[in-house]
Amino acid sequence: MPITLRVNGDDVEIDLPGEVPLLWVLRDVLGLTGTKYGCGVAACGACTVHVGGEAVQSCQLPVAEVRDEVTTIEGLGTPDDPAPIQQAWIEHQVAQCGYCQSGQIMAAAALLARRPDPSDAEIDDALALNLCRCGTYGAIRAAVRTAARQMREA
Amino acid sequence: MGRLRTIARRSFLIGSVAVAGGVAFGVWQLRRPLENPLRPDEGATLNPFVIVDGAGVTVIAPRAEMGQGIHTTLAALVAEELDVDMEGLRVLHGPPARAYYNSALLRGELRYHPEGLSGWRQVMADTLGAGGKLLRLQVTGGSTSTLDGFVRMRMAGATAREALKEAAARAHGVARDRLGTDGGHVVLPDGTRIPYGALAEAAAGVAPPEVALRPASDWRLLGQSQPRIDAVAKSTGTAEYAIDVRLPGMKFATVRMCPHPGGGMAGVDASAAEAMPGVAQIVDLDTGIAVVARTTWEAMQAAEAVEIEWTEGPGPATTEDAFAEIAAAFDARRNARPRNDGDVDAALRDTDGLSVEYRAPFLHHTTLEPMGAAALYDPDEPHLTLWSGNQAPVMHREKAAEAVGLSEDQVTLHTPMMGGGFGRRAEFDFTVLAARVARAVPGTPVQVTWSREEDMRHGFYRPGAIARMRGAVADGRVTAFEARVAAPSVTRQSSRRFAGFAPPGPDRGHLEGMADQPYAFAAARVEGYLAETVLPVGFWRAVGNSFNSFFHECFVDELAQAAGADPLAFRLDHLDDASCRDVLEAVAEMSDWTGRTPEGVGRGVAMTRSFGTPVAQVVEVADEDGAVRITRAWVACDIGRALDPRIVAQQMEGGLIQGLSAAAFEEITFEGGRTVQGNFPDYRPMRLPQAPRVAVRVLESGRHMGGAGEPATPPAMPALANAVFDLTGRRLRELPLSRHVAFAG
Repeated sequence: MPITLRVNGDDVEIDLPGEVPLLWVLRDVLGLTGTKYGCGVAACGACTVHVGGEAVQSCQLPVAEVRDEVTTIEGLGTPDDPAPIQQAWIEHQVAQCGYCQSGQIMAAAALLARRPDPSDAEIDDALALNLCRCGTYGAIRAAVRTAARQMREA
Repeated sequence: MGRLRTIARRSFLIGSVAVAGGVAFGVWQLRRPLENPLRPDEGATLNPFVIVDGAGVTVIAPRAEMGQGIHTTLAALVAEELDVDMEGLRVLHGPPARAYYNSALLRGELRYHPEGLSGWRQVMADTLGAGGKLLRLQVTGGSTSTLDGFVRMRMAGATAREALKEAAARAHGVARDRLGTDGGHVVLPDGTRIPYGALAEAAAGVAPPEVALRPASDWRLLGQSQPRIDAVAKSTGTAEYAIDVRLPGMKFATVRMCPHPGGGMAGVDASAAEAMPGVAQIVDLDTGIAVVARTTWEAMQAAEAVEIEWTEGPGPATTEDAFAEIAAAFDARRNARPRNDGDVDAALRDTDGLSVEYRAPFLHHTTLEPMGAAALYDPDEPHLTLWSGNQAPVMHREKAAEAVGLSEDQVTLHTPMMGGGFGRRAEFDFTVLAARVARAVPGTPVQVTWSREEDMRHGFYRPGAIARMRGAVADGRVTAFEARVAAPSVTRQSSRRFAGFAPPGPDRGHLEGMADQPYAFAAARVEGYLAETVLPVGFWRAVGNSFNSFFHECFVDELAQAAGADPLAFRLDHLDDASCRDVLEAVAEMSDWTGRTPEGVGRGVAMTRSFGTPVAQVVEVADEDGAVRITRAWVACDIGRALDPRIVAQQMEGGLIQGLSAAAFEEITFEGGRTVQGNFPDYRPMRLPQAPRVAVRVLESGRHMGGAGEPATPPAMPALANAVFDLTGRRLRELPLSRHVAFAG
C-alpha cells in the first residue's frame, strides 16, 4: 500500500517498502536533491530536514515512520525568495563546496524556531552533528547570529 | 537549476550557440593554436572562455569549482576587461579539452612564481605532459588556478570586448577607438548603448583584435571581494553536484569493490541480493560488484547482501607493517638530497645535538560528497556521457573511454560542482567505475553513488611518513639541521596511474615543505627516501607539505627550546625571506604574542611557505577539565596580490581548520590488510564546537603571486602540536595528537 507524505506543502504517495529511509525517498523518488547523503548513519548531518518542525537526520528515518509534515531545504526558501536564515548564509558567503550547507541551514533554522536568541553555546550544540570539511564553521556561527538578530527584528 | 541545465546543454552541444546568435571569443593568439573544444563542425564558435548571446554573458571556466571560489574569481578576471557586471554572469565548467590546459603547471609561466614549480607540480608536468601530451594538463590542483587564469581570463575578456566594439564600429561607421563599453553594452560617441547580445553574431566574424590588458590601477572588480557566484545556489539546495544529476528513467547504483589493495574476488553469490526489493541487476566488475536498483538505498542494501570471497593483496597487513615499509626505506637507496649546505656532520659531532623521530599518519580526504558519478551509455552511436565531479577532465575522459572500449571523442564528460575535492577527485577510479556500470546497462542512465564506507575504504591516502631529525644550536643560532624523510611517493604512484610510468630521479614533491623553506641554518642537509607500497596514496591538500611542515616546524620549535629562545623570535632570527618574516610579525601582532601564556593556556606558532604563499599561524589551546580545547587561531599570509580578499581569507581559514582537524583527530589505520575506518563515527574530523575562533590577515606585498587553496593547511599541524607542548610540556612527535591527549568535544 502506498505511503502518503506531506513534503514542502504537497501531498505525495510513495510506493516503496516502508523501511526505505526518508532521505532516499526525497532524493531518488521526489527529485529533491538539496538534501544530501553524507554517511547514512546519522553522523554527518548532511541529510538534515524538518519533520514537524524538528531537525531530523533523514538517512536514519524509515519513510513509514514519518508522522508529520516534512520540510526540506527547497521548502524553506528559493533562490528568488530565500528564507531569512538562507539570506544570512548568502550575506556571510558561508558556503565553500556547499555540500553540507543544506543540512547546516536546516539544523540552524530548527534552532532559531525554538530559540530565537540562542547563546553561542546553544549554537555550537545545535550544529555539533553537522560536519563541514571545508572549514566554514566560523562563518556558520556568524550567519546564525545574524539570522537570529534579523528574525527577531523582523 | 533548469536554466543551468539548458545553458549547459546549449553551450556544450553547440550548434545552438551559433543558431541562437551566440559567440565565444578566444585568446588563441597568446599561444600556438589549440583545438577549439566548441567544435566548428558542430556549429561552434571561436573559443571556449566567453560566450555572449541574447541571454547575457557566460564564462567558461577552465578550472573546477570544489569550494575554493575559483569560478567567482575566474569570472571576475573576465568581467574586469569585458565591462560586464558580476551579477547575472553565468559560469560553466569547460568540457575536457586541450584548450583548458593549466599553464601554471607548466614551466613556461614562471614569471609569477619566484620559486618556480613546486615539486609535485613539476612531476605532474613531466608525466602528464610527457610524449607531446603537455596539453592534457586540464588539472585543478596545486593552488594554481588563479595564477593560471590571471592573464588568460583577462585576455579572453579584453579580446571579446574589442571584437564587440569592432562589430559596433562597422555597423555604425565609427572608428573602434571612439567607442566605449559599460555594463554589458557598447557605448557609441552619441551615448547610444548597444547590448552585447545584439552584437554577438556580427562579432563572431571579427578576428580578435590585438589588445593590451588594463593596469591594476584601473581595476574596479579585481582586488575587491565579490559576491560568490555559487552563494545563492549553495544556500538554497539548488547547486547541482554530480550526485544530484537526475535523468528520465534513471536507475541508482552502488559499487562494492575488494577492500584489499591489490586483491581481488575469488567467488560471488548474488542470489540473495538479486531477490531483494528494487534490485534490477548485479554487475560483475572483476574485483568487485555493482548493484543497479530502484533507489540508492536499495542498491546499497543489496550490495552488502552479496556474498563475496575476497582474495588478499600483497600489501601490509597492519599499520605497524605499513610503517615498517616506510622505515625500511631509510636503509634503501636515497632518492634525493636537495639541500646539503655546510658541514652538518662536524657541527653535530661537536655538540650534544637533538636526534628525534617524527611520524605522520595516513589520512583520508573524506570529501562530504562521496565518490560517484552519473553515466549514460548509448549503445546505438555508441556514446558515453558522464557527469563526474573531477579535478582532471581530460584524463578522466581518457580513462573512462579506455575502460568501455570507446575513443575519447565518443565520451562526453561534464564536470559539475564538487562536494569537496582536496585532491581526491584528481584520481579517476570513480569515473571509470561509473562508466563500466553504465556500459552494463546500455540505454539506462545510472547514478552510481558510493557508500561512505566504500569511499573511506578505497581512498588514495595522504601517505604515512617518518622523519628522522637531528640538529644543534649554539648562542641562539642553529648550527646544524638534518632532516631525513621517508614515505611512499605520491608523485611516483600517481604518475604510474595517470601516465603508466614513474619519472626517475629526485622526487621533489616528497620534500616540499622541508627542503624549500627559507631558513638560514649554518649547516643543513635534507634527504628523501621513498618507500614502496601497494597502499594507494594520492594528492591530499598541500601534498608533501602536509607532513613535512609538521616535522619541520615542530623541530624548529625544539631547536628554539634548546636555544632557550622564544619560538617566534627564533624563527624571525633565522628566516631569510622578507614575506616569511612579514607574516610572522603579523601573527605576532594579531595575537599579542608575548611568549608567555597564563596558567592553563598554551600557544604555538608555525610558518610554512608553500605554493608560493608563506602562511604563519598562532594557535591557542586551553585546559578544560583535563582536556585540550582549541580556543583561538590567528593566520597571516602574504599572497602577493589578492584578487578576491574574502575568498583568500576563506581559504586561509578553511585550510587552517582542515589542518587542525587532521592534526588533532584524523588517522587511517590498517588491519588484516584492509582499512579499519569506515565512516564518521571512527574517522573523526573536527566538529563545529571544536573549531577555534579564527582571525585572518591577508598581506599583499606584491613581491610574488601565490596560491590560496592549500598553503594554510600545513602550518596548522605544527602550530597545534607546539601549542599542546606549551600547555602540557609534552613534545608529541606523532599525529594525530588525540592518540596522546584528550580534546574537548
